[in-house]
Order: sequence, then structure tokens, then C-alpha cells
Amino acid sequence: MHRLLNNRNALGMLFMLPAAALLVVFLTYPLGLGVWLGFTDAKIGRTGEWVGLENYEFLWGDSVTRLALFNTLLYTVAASVLKFFLGLWLAIILNQNLPFKSFFRAAILLPYIVPTALSAIAFWWIFDAQFSIISWVLTRLGLIDRYIDFLGDPWNARWSVIAANVWRGVPFVAITLLAGLQTISPTLYEAAAIDGASPWQRFWHVTLPLLTPIIAVVMTFSVLFTFTDFQLIYVITRGGPLNATHLMATLSFQRAIPGGALGEGAAIAIAMVPFLLAAILFSYFGLQRRAWQQGGTDR
Amino acid sequence: MAAVTLSQVRKAFGSTEVVHGVDISIDDSEFCVLVGPSGCGKSTLLRMIAGLEEISSGRIEIGGRVVNDVAPKERDIAMVFQNYALYPHMTVSDNMGFSLKLAGRPLQEIRSRVDEAAQILGLREYLERYPRQLSGGQRQRVAMGRAIVRKPQVFLFDEPLSNLDAKLRVQMRTEIKELHQRLRTTSVYVTHDQIEAMTMADKIVVMNMGKVEQIGSPLELYDNPANQFVAGFIGSPAMNFLPGRINGAGIDIGEGIRVPVPAGATVAAGREVVVGVRPEHLAVGADGLPATVVVVEPTGADTQIFCKLAGTDITAVVRERHEFHPGVPIRLTAQLTYLFDPASGARLA
Repeated sequence: MHRLLNNRNALGMLFMLPAAALLVVFLTYPLGLGVWLGFTDAKIGRTGEWVGLENYEFLWGDSVTRLALFNTLLYTVAASVLKFFLGLWLAIILNQNLPFKSFFRAAILLPYIVPTALSAIAFWWIFDAQFSIISWVLTRLGLIDRYIDFLGDPWNARWSVIAANVWRGVPFVAITLLAGLQTISPTLYEAAAIDGASPWQRFWHVTLPLLTPIIAVVMTFSVLFTFTDFQLIYVITRGGPLNATHLMATLSFQRAIPGGALGEGAAIAIAMVPFLLAAILFSYFGLQRRAWQQGGTDR
Repeated sequence: MAAVTLSQVRKAFGSTEVVHGVDISIDDSEFCVLVGPSGCGKSTLLRMIAGLEEISSGRIEIGGRVVNDVAPKERDIAMVFQNYALYPHMTVSDNMGFSLKLAGRPLQEIRSRVDEAAQILGLREYLERYPRQLSGGQRQRVAMGRAIVRKPQVFLFDEPLSNLDAKLRVQMRTEIKELHQRLRTTSVYVTHDQIEAMTMADKIVVMNMGKVEQIGSPLELYDNPANQFVAGFIGSPAMNFLPGRINGAGIDIGEGIRVPVPAGATVAAGREVVVGVRPEHLAVGADGLPATVVVVEPTGADTQIFCKLAGTDITAVVRERHEFHPGVPIRLTAQLTYLFDPASGARLA
């Protein structure tokens, strides 16, 4: 025992045990259980039997699941692109020497710190068919003569939830990119100005290349969070109208818990994993190519 | 190539003025060094010439053209920064060719000019490397390469050697001077190191607290400092200063010790003065001013003797080798002395 405690490796293992236990209990077990359930026909109140790929075969042919996949991809791509451009724009503005700079930097985080359920309820009201403030303002301005049916029409509903997600996600992107911008030495901009670069060329040749590693990280996280989003949709539309805003996550929950089909729900959730892995690998290899940061040559 | 003229240039940040009406004229193909302690405004002045800092009032001319409101890129200047400011995501050749690329020059021309500059600076084998893969001295050379490929009218250097180790600094100093002798491009060089200033400059501008103290060639400043500040700043080790009072043909510096008044000086009797004597103008001998040795530092070529003279710490540099022990009394003779006014620091003789 004494010798074991004096051994560097054994001691290291021992110290890692608590963390490993937490990971196993709260990460590995639920994930493993989810994977297992996906291969069974478990229902609520009944342990399932192994059915192999039956759940996946069914979901492949299921039109609602296919629609949910389309919705999820649209939601992720549209919201991420918007969040990126808005976030970058905000970060660049906040990186200037503005009056009340710290106030604006703090204020920009507000959407991010409000509980999602709360902001989702606010958006629910903003998008309400009768009480929408947007419709009210637009009618008062004389731009429209009928209230917009934000959440009743499939495409309106899709864009509405995307807007809510963008509003909520922009601060994360903006603040992280701002942190990235602040690591770029101001003398590089001075050197570029003397080299004859216009403001746009300075952005394109200095800011963007130096910000790319941070963009890759922040957008990977943003894509992961958006792809797996649940709360906003669940509070605002519950997947409606006509499943037009159902995402993989909300559909998985709906099939598994209210619907009782645990196996099927688990299978939908597990079907998200390949997409998430693809997103991670994309940014991983994207970063690997930029070897100048590690002192190597670009491959 | 062009002359650079600064007339009554001022700079204020808010209500604080940091450069107070500076006049400097730098001739075509001259190597001018702005030197002074930290915060004296020399870097601000350089940045104003570059156009990176606005001028609060006054006029800056480059090649006869007033450039007060001209953007940096239109001034036809190149600048070497203290931290090199190389683009980390570009190779050496891309760094050097960046300005030409922005100017839309043909690829062939960019390549040949980068190659030419790389040849001059001995960088040809590093052209495909990234700045991170280079040593400090190599990065410094790339920064200079970036400046010379453009063939600008004026080179601006902002303390370019201060991030290098002592040996490399001496080597790069020579290289920059050699480069200037070869290209003859008007250069403005900022440093706080008076040895750099002395060794490299055709003309030195000594600055202090946002003002020009004196302008002249290195030896002019060394031989004929205009005031106590310049006398103390130029020369290493620094000039010794001994406060005293004129008494007949001598100056009482305390403890009953008298120093002769420099020949030709006309100073009223009883007047308070500061006697300045350079360490290298002190000689150890059998008679002279009585001093006590504190520390002796042999450097090989010469010996620095730190001692106390009339209660003041002074330094003497002698060529001969002495084995003095701390506390030993010695005699010093001042071969050349200067006189300054204690209040204004102005040179009296």
C-alpha cells in the first residue's frame, strides 16, 4: 500500500478516480443507456427487447422524422450563419474605442444570461397572433394592414424560431470573437496601414486570418448548441404548426416521454450524433491546416 | 529619398501636451536618431511622422510636401516596429511582399523585389518560413526587408533593437548602418540607448520632456553639450556632476576641496555652479583631488573606479590597471571640466 502511494502513476490514477467516477455516472452511463435503448423497443413501464436496427429503419421511412431532420439542418445553418455575421459585426464595433464601452460590452451579454425559458416566453408574446408588438408597430406605421401570423404558418414559424435563437446566441459569438479580436496586436494594423492597406483590406488580410482559430471554435460550439436546441422550440411552438418547427431534439422528447416510445425517441437522439461529430471534425481539421500557429508549414 | 522637416510640431492627448513645439530638419539621405529617456515624446514624434498619430499643431513635410493630413500609406514611408509587427499568418516572402501586393504590382515584380531584399539581408533561405520559426534577429531582418522592398522615401525605426540580446544588438546596429550606407535612404531612428545613437547617427536629436534639448552630430554633442541634461545623457558611463561655488580661480566643492575654473570661463565670484567631468577625463595620479575608492570594476580594456569625492559618488574610467581596495584614498586629476547653471542646467563653460 505504501509503495503504491509513492508510485507517481498509481497516485495519478488515484487522483483521477473522482473525476472519472463523475464522468462515468453522468456522461457515459446516460449516453450508453441512450445507445442501448435505441436498439430496443422499450416503452415507458416496460423494459424493451433487442430489436437491432428496427427503430432506425422505421425512422428512415418516417416522414415526420425526415421533416424534423430538414428543420434541424435549416435551423442550424440559418441561425449559425446569422449569428456569425451579426456576432462578428458586433464584436468589431465593440472593439473600437467607443464611449461607455464597458457598459455596452456588459449589456450585450443580457440575452445570454436571461433564462432561456423566460426569453422564449417573451418571444412567444412577440410572435403572438393577436398581441404581437411587431404586428402592432407595423400596422401603426401603416406598413401592413393585417396582423402577421408568426407561429401559425409553417415558414413564418420556422423563421420566427430562428430569429429567437439568433437573438439568444449572438452574445456568445460576439463576446468570444471580441476576446479574439483583442488578442490581435494593434501594431499589426499600424504596419498594415503603412503597407497601404485600406480598412477593408486590413480586415481581410489581418483580422480574419488571425481570428480564424477562434471563429472555428466558437462556431463549432454554436453549431452544437443550435443543432441540439430544445428549450426555445419547446416553449414557443412545441414543434408546431404541422411539425414545421420540430427539431430532432424536440421530436425525440415527444416520441419518448409524452409518446412513451423510449426506444424510438432514443434512436432519434442517437441519430443526431453523426451530424455533431461531423461538425466537430470539420473544425478540428480546419484548425489542423493552419499550422503556422504551431510553427509548422501548412499542409 | 527626401528631406523631412518638422516645424513647431505639437501633440496633446486631451489637455496634456506631450510634445511642445519641436523643430527638426533632417536632410536628404541623412541618418537621424531621436534619443531621450522613456516618455520624452520621441516615439510619439516618430508616429506623427508616420501618420499613425495626428498632429495637434505645427507642420510636417516629407520631400517638400506637407503631410499633416496625408494618410500613412500615401506618405511613401516604411516603418520598422519595436516588436517587428510581422504578420504571423504569412510567410517571410508574403510579409515582405505584402505592400507591393496591396499596391497591385505584378507578381513577377513582387517576386524579384522580395528576392533582391532577401539577398541584401541574407534571408533567401528563410523565404518560405513563418515568423514564428525565426529567431529574433531574423525577424528583425524580415521587418527591415518589408521596409526596403517598397523603396520608400523615408525609413522610420521605432526602437528596433530593444528586443534583441546585447550581442545581436551590436551586430544588427552595424547591419542597419551598412544598409543605410548602401541605400542612402533618409532614416529617422528612435532609441533610448545613447550608444546606439552615437554609433549610428549622422545627426542626433536629444529630447527630454517633449522638448528638443540639442541637435548635432554625435561628437558635437559629446564635446559641446548645450546643457547639463545632454551632458549627462550622452556618453557612457555618464558625466559626473559636482555642485560647488565659485571662489576666485577655483570652485569649492565641499570638504575644503577646490577644482580649478575651466580656462576662458567668465563666471561671477560666489555663484553656485555644477561642475561636470566625464569619467574618461579623470586621471589617477600622485596629486590631485582626494577621493576614496568604493568599488573597482575591471572590464579588461579599461577599469571603472567608483569613488566618493567631497561626499558625491563619481566614476572614473582609466586605461591603466589598478588594484585598489575599497576604502583606499586616491588622487584624481580632471583634465577637462564643464560648468553648468544649477537652476536651468544651461552650460556656463
